Amino acid sequence: MKRLSISVLAAALIFFAGYAALFVAPDESTMHAIQRVFYVHVALWSAMYTALTIALIANVAWLATRQMKWDWLGVSAVEVGVVSCTGGLATGVLWGKPAWGIWWTWDARLTTAFILWLLYIAYLLLRGLLEDPERRATLSAVFGIFASLDAPLVYVSNRLWRTQHPAPVMFGGDNSYLDPTMAKVLVVCIFAILPVMIFVLVDRYRLERMRHEAEELRLAMEDRTEEANRVVTRSTA
Amino acid sequence: MTHFRFLFAAWMVAWAVFFVYELTISSRLSRLRDEIDRLKQQLGQK
Repeated sequence: MKRLSISVLAAALIFFAGYAALFVAPDESTMHAIQRVFYVHVALWSAMYTALTIALIANVAWLATRQMKWDWLGVSAVEVGVVSCTGGLATGVLWGKPAWGIWWTWDARLTTAFILWLLYIAYLLLRGLLEDPERRATLSAVFGIFASLDAPLVYVSNRLWRTQHPAPVMFGGDNSYLDPTMAKVLVVCIFAILPVMIFVLVDRYRLERMRHEAEELRLAMEDRTEEANRVVTRSTA
Repeated sequence: MTHFRFLFAAWMVAWAVFFVYELTISSRLSRLRDEIDRLKQQLGQK
């Protein structure tokens, strides 16, 4: 029932955010309708930054405490971060083609964002190669902390270098400006996507916890089978 | 310059990534739940 209420609330928020972005936000004078991708594009990057911040906290917490729950949270947050990053990159590509005339360019912002995506894919692949849970958690936490160094670089890249990607419209110094209605609609879109991200993260964490439970049960089952085999061997001897 | 199809595609992609991802999580959760129930049953019987 609680899950259903949250789903209904999230759906209502998404609908409201979509309506605000498409019909309430004012028209942008140079790009017109395609500029409205901005609201979902920036919201996805906000979701990614939130997920990767959670992952960084979990990675550090695992190294400090060695409690498995931090490893579960770390991998869950990274996976959700990769999904948000994929959405951010895809919406960027779909915005780039009509706005710039090209799907992709290797400028500082796009390249650092693509490297970030690759680094976290590598994090997930690395985990698949390691069997021992403690070793897997430690190595992936260290790699996760290393990968997170690229996240602030993505954020400042269009402040440090001239890029094809537009300069920041918020928190970018004297030259950055965003129409107040556009800013409000953007905040609505961010607050519509964040609960969805948290909802998915909670489910992903539950999956990791259940994986651990299944692994323990499998080991208990193997112990029982070995014990039974030993008894049979002893009685036949 | 309107490009409504790009706008539509971008909004679709944004929600589709989360929707498809949540579907995969749900299916993995239900498979694991079944496996845990089966293992618990087997351990209880022995």
